[in-house]
Amino acid sequence: MILAVAEHRRDELRDVSLEVLFAGRELADALGTDLHATVVGGDVDAFADELNREGVDAVHTVDHGEEFNHDVSVQALEQLVDDLTPEVVLTPHTVNGLDSAPALASRVDYPLVTDAVALAVEDDTLAVDREMYGSKVETTLELPAERALVTVRPSEWPQAEGVGDAEIQPFDATIDESAVRSTVTGFEEVAGGDVDISEADVLVSVGRGIGEEENLDIIHTLAEALDATVSASRPVVDNGWLPKNRQVGQSGKVVTPDVYIAIGISGAVQHVAGMKGAETIIAINNDPSAPIFDIADYGIVGDLFDVVPALTEQF
Amino acid sequence: MQLLVPVTDAATVDDEFEIDGLAVDERYLTYDMNEWDEYAVEAAVQIAEAGDDVEVVTVTVGPERVEETIRQALAKGADRAVRIWDEDLADRQLLDARAKAALVEAVARDVDPDLVLTGVQSGDAGFGATGVTLAERLGYEWAAVVNQLDVDPAGGVAHVHRELEGGVEEVTDLELPAVLTIQTGINEPRYASLRGIRQAQTKPLDVQTPAELGVEEADLDSPLTWTDTREPEAEGEATIFEGDAESAAGDLATVLREKGVGQ
Repeated sequence: MILAVAEHRRDELRDVSLEVLFAGRELADALGTDLHATVVGGDVDAFADELNREGVDAVHTVDHGEEFNHDVSVQALEQLVDDLTPEVVLTPHTVNGLDSAPALASRVDYPLVTDAVALAVEDDTLAVDREMYGSKVETTLELPAERALVTVRPSEWPQAEGVGDAEIQPFDATIDESAVRSTVTGFEEVAGGDVDISEADVLVSVGRGIGEEENLDIIHTLAEALDATVSASRPVVDNGWLPKNRQVGQSGKVVTPDVYIAIGISGAVQHVAGMKGAETIIAINNDPSAPIFDIADYGIVGDLFDVVPALTEQF
Repeated sequence: MQLLVPVTDAATVDDEFEIDGLAVDERYLTYDMNEWDEYAVEAAVQIAEAGDDVEVVTVTVGPERVEETIRQALAKGADRAVRIWDEDLADRQLLDARAKAALVEAVARDVDPDLVLTGVQSGDAGFGATGVTLAERLGYEWAAVVNQLDVDPAGGVAHVHRELEGGVEEVTDLELPAVLTIQTGINEPRYASLRGIRQAQTKPLDVQTPAELGVEEADLDSPLTWTDTREPEAEGEATIFEGDAESAAGDLATVLREKGVGQ
């Protein structure tokens, strides 16, 4: 059996849950076995209905608490895994996945591979493809397909569709409250500020390649010439050179402008998650193997300190 | 109060590189302190500066090369360091999260930290699992991807924000002792002072073998086998404008005007 673990937040099932189901169904087919799903906490009955997609054989619900709490989740999943003994457990490679999957793996003694971008089975061996060095290198790790916990990178698989005939099975987990040593007291939205980059038609976006804060002047000058809005990848915001509300990516904003000009941005997966929906993507980077060129429509391989002023001159 | 900071170095790859077997040829790799760990070191040093009688101990699994990174951490304010390595570790194809956590655990049992601060992940392999695995092995509470931290040692509590996806932060209180994996941007990592760099040369840096730490071979063995390393196939269909900066910029400007930009 494959066990796919769903994720939810603030009353909504997260899309990645359906992607994990898709990956799980492929794997279940390759191993000739069943696909079960599970969800811990929240409105589990509603979530179970959503998880009942084509190819899902059962959904195990653990009705305990409203929001994700790793101390609850890991206890519940440990008991469920002990009960079901799945060959492979798949969980989302999300922030909450990072917060729970390693603890679960340790507790049930399943070997762990994180951030899978592809999965294959051959002769009872599970092959997991992952990336290294910011997507510049791809590797394969193999392990026995009889006992594995794999976290699955978001947006690499399609979402499972259709309606299945899964049996919804409430699972009566015993939660030891004295072992719940963390309390989620709330959520905070990152300050919005005066600029909403997700509303912009044209974004001039700057990354690590800019090097120093004072170099940002050429970016602002270009943005003015193009009547565009300035956004940034994570390192620029981490350094405090632009406010958090300008950050594009997984932990920042998702943007879909008409034109996205990525300057000195390598195109790490966390950044791409926030801008791949742009209609036209333009990359300016001195590294020809930078992953940003894989998703760009137009590109210039060159020194941004030469190219950006030259581009500004054109307008 | 005792703080343990697992630190490592991470490699970046040159623009052009070659793969030799399973690894990127060393000639094309540049090692520096792992970016996430820089923020973890800074977080620890800030706690030490704010409190009395706080010791910051770093622990690293790695070859002699990594001592450059360890000395950086010492120069920035860590008090002492432990590096774990031997021939057997060097010969292993890979150390998985469980193995690394088992090694760090052995040092943690000795240091008995109130708080373990480490990076969310390494910049090269990006497994992102050692910290939480360590917490589980130690029986500590934990929080992954922490981007705001306020420790209350007297109350035995850490108030944290965890950076979730989509500009949302989870606000959580957790009991000490705990392992926190630290996100970039949580603070402004300092540069080492000249005085700090001088002092770092005389701070203790102990090298220990797994055997000396009492870590069994079985804890280091992994069911994972690394079977292939390759350059991803270029998926791009980008039109690349060639030539010098002026002519490439001219071509790009034409495309932008066609799309109504800057009109």
